Amino acid sequence: MNTLRIQTRQVDDVDILDLTGRIILGEASTRLRESLKPYAQQPNARVLLNFSEVQYIDSSGLGELVSAFAAIRRQGGELKLLRLTRKVHDLLQITKLYTVFDIHDDEAEAIAAFA
Amino acid sequence: MVESKHEVLRLESRLESVDRAQTQAQYFASEAGFSEADRHEVAMAVREIVINAIAHGNAYDPAKRVKLEFELTPAELVIEIQDEGAGFDPNHQPDPLAPENLMRQSGRGMLLARAFMDQIDFYPSPHGTSVRMCKHRPSLDGRGCSHSGPGANRE
Repeated sequence: MNTLRIQTRQVDDVDILDLTGRIILGEASTRLRESLKPYAQQPNARVLLNFSEVQYIDSSGLGELVSAFAAIRRQGGELKLLRLTRKVHDLLQITKLYTVFDIHDDEAEAIAAFA
Repeated sequence: MVESKHEVLRLESRLESVDRAQTQAQYFASEAGFSEADRHEVAMAVREIVINAIAHGNAYDPAKRVKLEFELTPAELVIEIQDEGAGFDPNHQPDPLAPENLMRQSGRGMLLARAFMDQIDFYPSPHGTSVRMCKHRPSLDGRGCSHSGPGANRE
């Protein structure tokens, strides 16, 4: 049940991670953490997480996002979110995390938003 | 849509139990006639509180169980989750919405459960914490959940 698929591609100098599935405590949240770890260890990483195929995320998944966001920023990098589904969007509103993340609906616009 | 139904599960203190609890919550929410969005919210609320019970309450102790009780009445769906931990005071947890806590990695589970259910009450004790959650059924919009202490559901 804990399935999250992550495919990585690069557009310009932005690493885009296309996420598919559920980001929940266990295998899925661990997989997300491991996938984001390299970006937190390199300077000035530019990472865009595509949520268009994410069915839902729990508090553990939100915690991984916050943690990765802070770690990447400490190295001078940026982490942005793309195409939130309704359920994920609602969770970011409830938790006020929409005030933390830069969120976009359009991929080209999101890529252009990186400094 | 089912009028009344009751079930008690005793879950082992391991992560696999969370999926079982979520699946059963979805089943009861479906029997209650909730919309897809409400079924999702009930399932997520159960997921968050069961994770707390297993991870923080029982600390993954294989000797301890989490009791999960569903009570569907004509008016509401009541779900009670009870761990065997040392108990905790929900009023003294850091506010996850406070600016200084927004970047904390954990502490949002109760916030989400509160947002998803109509009512949620915590009953801590030295022998464990009981969490009673309620959502009223769609045919009875406007009516609040009945209020009663832990163990009010049938055994």
